Amino acid sequence: MEQDRRNFLKCMAWAGTGLVWAMNGGVLSSHELLAAPKRKSGFNFVQISDSHIGFNRDPNHDVSKTLQEAIDKINALDERPAFVLHTGDITHLATAEQFDTAAQIMKSAKADQVYYVPGEHDVFTDDGKLYFERFGQKWRSFDYNGVHFIGLINVLNLKQGSGTGLGGSGLGQLGQEQLAWLQKDVKGLSSSTPIVVFAHIPLWTISLDWGWGTEESEQVLSYLKRFGSVSVLNGHVHQVLQKVEGNVTFHTARSTAYPQPAPGTAPAPGPIKDVAADKLRSTLGVTDVSYMAKVGPLAVVDEALG
Amino acid sequence: MLTKRNFLLAFTLILAGVVLAVSQQPAAGTNEVVIQNFAFEPATLTVKVGAKVTWVNRDDEPHTATATDKRFSSKALENGDRFTTEFNQPGIYKYYCAMHPKMTGQIIVK
Repeated sequence: MEQDRRNFLKCMAWAGTGLVWAMNGGVLSSHELLAAPKRKSGFNFVQISDSHIGFNRDPNHDVSKTLQEAIDKINALDERPAFVLHTGDITHLATAEQFDTAAQIMKSAKADQVYYVPGEHDVFTDDGKLYFERFGQKWRSFDYNGVHFIGLINVLNLKQGSGTGLGGSGLGQLGQEQLAWLQKDVKGLSSSTPIVVFAHIPLWTISLDWGWGTEESEQVLSYLKRFGSVSVLNGHVHQVLQKVEGNVTFHTARSTAYPQPAPGTAPAPGPIKDVAADKLRSTLGVTDVSYMAKVGPLAVVDEALG
Repeated sequence: MLTKRNFLLAFTLILAGVVLAVSQQPAAGTNEVVIQNFAFEPATLTVKVGAKVTWVNRDDEPHTATATDKRFSSKALENGDRFTTEFNQPGIYKYYCAMHPKMTGQIIVK
């Protein structure tokens, strides 16, 4: 038990890169990148998250550099990813300059397309005006090689929390309009269609105290439970956490900027400041995901920057 | 018949009442709300009409002080940043952090 916990924590200690996801038969699963099986068919894509361009404090005074390292890591993959998903908190304070810096660095990724969803850091000052000017649409879906991808936004119009009787949970939220869209979006799909949902704040409840969850997650899952394979990819928590619930696999990615404490291990969330410089890159990363039709689950590899 | 003991008790209660009344008076001097560990401290601050209230962020995460009805909002406050606003009408002003909406507080203006 203790050993499991230690391994789990060790796993979570991976910092600052992206996450490589492989889809095999529609389910994402996690494995070491170097041990990734050679894929005969299918494709892979990469999740990158929480680059927080503009952050300039302990433990990372050069988040542009660690984002670039994450991109370099992606570009060095054996198989070129079909596309990159950025699951939000692209910037730290949603300024035009921070968005421009991030976009400039992301441009160096050798992938045909980067799909973005915003984090609360990208929209909180102006309800997402600058974000939407640059990255366009709101929630959306697209299909790639038979897999249905859904990008959700759960960081707009956040309700104030319950501290002094104001009501509201402080969790991420999707809103009725988006939920109605989602229900319609998946309606015509065959239940054998592999589904990948990506959004910034986790769509499963990790910590109510820290607001690490989404208010309408049950409703989202009710629309998706008939599908044989659902993979949910989130950011926000700056650490790798996983959960399997029936046919649904939940996975959170590392940040490329700084780690956050495991839930309940600190008085509040926020950057872990006292990370030794030579350990920082082990707490950052990207996620590589690969998909092989009719073979098995999606293979998910969380890869640390160093 | 007021015994000495009862007299002391009554005196203590009166004194407590006075202390309570004094403590309910709006604070004089600096009206400051410290933001630390993802919380506003004090969560409820009572001030006089016309008072200025200053929020200061002691966290390494940026925060805002944003009125529920949006009548005031700071920009993103980084560590050490301050935001001051004046309250000229009596009332209860509820606010939260736009980035971490679980963080809430209120200013009571008398």
